[in-house]
Amino acid sequence: MASLAEQRAERRTIRNGWLLSLPALIILIVAAAGPLLIIVIYSFLTPGSYGNVVWEFSWDAWVGVLYSRDIFDGTYKLADAHLSIFWRSVKLALLTTMFCFVVGFPTAWFIATRTPRARTALLFLITIPFWTNLLIRTFAINQIIRNEGVLNTALLYLGVIDEPLVIIYSDFAVFLGMTYVYLPLMVLPLFAAIDRFDMRLLEASYDLYATRWQVLRRIIVPIVKPGIIAGSILVFIPALGAYVTPRILGGGRNMMIGNFIELQFGQGRNWPLGAALSVTLLVIVGAALMLYVRASMRTTNNG
Amino acid sequence: MTTAIAVEAQSARKDYGSGQFAVRALDDVSVRIEKGSFFTLLGPSGCGKTTLLRLIAGFETPSAGKILLGGRDITYDPPNKRPVNTVFQSYALFPHLTVAQNIGFGLQMLGRPKREIAAAVDKMLALVQLEDFAGRKPQQLSGGQQQRVALARALAPEPEVLLLDEPLSALDLKLRKEMQRELKRLQTETGITFIFVTHDQEEALTMSDRIAVMRKGNILQIGAPREIYNHPKDRFVADFIGETNFLSGTVEEGAIRLTSGDLVEAPTQGRSGKVTLAVRPEQVRISGAGDPGSLAATVADSVYFGTDTHCHLRLADGTEIVARLQSAASGEAGLARGDQVSLRFEAGAAQVVDE
Amino acid sequence: MADTRFSVSRLPGFSTIAVGVFIILYLPILMLVIYSFNGGNSIAVWEGFSLQWYPKAWNNEQVRDVTMRSLTIASAAALISTTVALMAALGTTRRKQTKGQTFVYLMINQPLMVPEIVTAVALLIVFAAIKVATGYQGLGYLILAHSAFCIPFAYLPIRARLEGMDLTLETAAGDLYATPWQTFRHVTLPIVMPGAIAGLMLAFVTSLDDVIITLFVKSAGQDTLPTYMLAQIRRSVSAEVNAISTLLLVLTVILLTGFFLLTRKRT
Ligand SMILES: Nc1ncnc2c1ncn2[C@@H]1O[C@H](COP(=O)(O)OP(=O)(O)OP(=O)(O)O)[C@@H](O)[C@H]1O
Ligand SMILES: [Mg+2]
Repeated sequence: MASLAEQRAERRTIRNGWLLSLPALIILIVAAAGPLLIIVIYSFLTPGSYGNVVWEFSWDAWVGVLYSRDIFDGTYKLADAHLSIFWRSVKLALLTTMFCFVVGFPTAWFIATRTPRARTALLFLITIPFWTNLLIRTFAINQIIRNEGVLNTALLYLGVIDEPLVIIYSDFAVFLGMTYVYLPLMVLPLFAAIDRFDMRLLEASYDLYATRWQVLRRIIVPIVKPGIIAGSILVFIPALGAYVTPRILGGGRNMMIGNFIELQFGQGRNWPLGAALSVTLLVIVGAALMLYVRASMRTTNNG
Repeated sequence: MTTAIAVEAQSARKDYGSGQFAVRALDDVSVRIEKGSFFTLLGPSGCGKTTLLRLIAGFETPSAGKILLGGRDITYDPPNKRPVNTVFQSYALFPHLTVAQNIGFGLQMLGRPKREIAAAVDKMLALVQLEDFAGRKPQQLSGGQQQRVALARALAPEPEVLLLDEPLSALDLKLRKEMQRELKRLQTETGITFIFVTHDQEEALTMSDRIAVMRKGNILQIGAPREIYNHPKDRFVADFIGETNFLSGTVEEGAIRLTSGDLVEAPTQGRSGKVTLAVRPEQVRISGAGDPGSLAATVADSVYFGTDTHCHLRLADGTEIVARLQSAASGEAGLARGDQVSLRFEAGAAQVVDE
Repeated sequence: MADTRFSVSRLPGFSTIAVGVFIILYLPILMLVIYSFNGGNSIAVWEGFSLQWYPKAWNNEQVRDVTMRSLTIASAAALISTTVALMAALGTTRRKQTKGQTFVYLMINQPLMVPEIVTAVALLIVFAAIKVATGYQGLGYLILAHSAFCIPFAYLPIRARLEGMDLTLETAAGDLYATPWQTFRHVTLPIVMPGAIAGLMLAFVTSLDDVIITLFVKSAGQDTLPTYMLAQIRRSVSAEVNAISTLLLVLTVILLTGFFLLTRKRT
């Protein structure tokens, strides 16, 4: 039973809130969210012969995501090339996420158990690579592992090997690079979770005869789980859509979805297919995010 | 009445929330506050004291009713258009400004010339005895000093009314006593109307010219401290202000027959049937057993408090009465559990109150 | 080990891994910096100390050109995104939650959730159409695109700061005769300023780092430093790129140090 004046005041604060958010929303709608809708439309159009599209409805792009049409007899069969690119992307993204966790967790734990001053310093050390140009960091890895790179030169010089190790331009190189590049994204949320962890629980567990391994498995991991989930999502999403790292370390043949999409807008000149692939990537990412939301809701409900 | 009215609330109502979550924080409160007085709003937590203050300050608009300032309707004026200033419970000092800048803020916003602001700030710093702290930031001050800055800041624009929402609650006991005297001094010196909120009855009694006792969004009684203390209108007021013994009885020929069977003289205020009597513990007197015209009682317990001793007495029917005896004066030391004594109320001590 | 004291927070092997991670994290960057001072053009064989690559990079007209463009875009995008993020933060943090607010949060964080390549492709499509329709080919597209994905980075520290701010301060300012605008100007703005500057820095770094969206949005001849470097890395590797990288690295570290100091002073 608010009075008229009260209602007016409340409406005004709500309207002011919207008005203040409006410029940001406009920019985001014009240059981020809005265009995403347009690629959905584009995925149902016909490719133009010099790139772009012809405004005719077609399912071809979506068929083309999984099938390729034989030029001679016109039959459709599973497009092995496309499938292998999808498979490689998912596989590399998952491997990267897992490996980032395996080395990131001890790192985060190490940082969180230092003195406050050392902690600040180490956190800063993790943050610098995080904000350093991704290109530069990938380039730095490239210089280390390329055939005539620092690693091979050193090993050859020391006589450990007679011929340079061929690491670069392989799936392994991409995996290595992505782990290097995305590791801070895993460490930071893990640290945040471990930082909130009450170390007295450890005392209680050891008091109750737990071994170190049991403490890790039964106490630490379940409690810092929200951090593990957040870190995994933060690594998985950019790794799945990676473009720069596979381009510099994977070479032309070891493409990931990101590079394959770019190809459709460049030499491939099949914008609808590129759009359909983008939407597919978006759907996979959306599914991962949903899993994340559900998993984090479950852990907060239990906790 | 010839005294001018500084602030008046006319059937001010405030509802928060809506639907099943609606809370009536103020229930058609009407009150007139005299110019130049120290007026206190007293009541338990959640009774609507802050809400009334916020309506006067303009931070909130009433759901119904009016707020008048010097006879002018200001119900819908924004806070920056009201010559009313607030001392916040949390002080709300601007952390990025110095003490002097904090105090000068109001005058600066009013567009006063620099010279005038500087002079006013100096005057205020002297008034609250913080001359040496002008250049400090609020974080570098103690709680009591921050409190003074908050006061000086609110007083600097010379408002018609100063609102203080439990300004002393964050201070320790000693500082609090000191600030109580200080506040009273400032109010007398400046002649500004103070509206003071507290839930501490002692604070209200020592500082105020008038007190309004509130409960659940209503004002139960308004009056001078003595009036409220000695003649509480109902059981809630009597209980909230000071400790009180409540005795039930029935009106009988201009006196009151207690449930214990004793007859007590008290103004019946034209009532009949069942009534409640309130008696302050310090107005209960004890003498040796069998004193004529007294009530016979048994000592149930005796608790020593330093300056006084609280003696718990039991009447014939088991009704308990507490008597507060001054330790030095009375023969309290001689009282032991189970002793038979007589008790008596001072003249006019027993008051009939509403339930 | 000599030290046999039992520490509850110690887990075997964790420290070793952590130290290894820090070394591996910095070793490649360190090598990159070291070889920017190499006498020869090799990025693996050390041929003596030399500063030659820095003046060489500076005298390369193309490098100067792309650097200026990068700085222009980053400055403009940082300013725009910080301004709108500040406004949005003011609009979203100081009142009770409404349904619309969830939408605003979602929109603001959207650039963090969508893979950059997808946004890049989407922008290519939209901006290509606008370019044809209007004939305008300028830097506006890049600035707009960068502003959009910088918004979440600018918003984060501002919102943190605003949420830590005591709202009574604004009430107090109003009580002391400040108009809403004066309240903003004399109380709110000075208090959120460190957050806004921190946001500005993060937005600047984020814009400066971008490769993918720039690659797709830029018109011909609008290379930025990262896209130029990407082309260089593909073509031939010269220590010149190391020199540019080192400079960019130094700039990032300076901005980040500033950011850290600004956000730490809060406590
Ligand atoms: N903004 C609000 N929204 C909803 N309910 C409110 C709001 N402010 C106050 N209330 C409710 O109104 C009632 C009166 O609150 P008010 O703050 O005036 O009490 P108070 O007398 O100042 O109490 P205290 O001594 O604890 O400060 C309370 O029940 C409170 O819960
Ligand atoms: Mg209150």
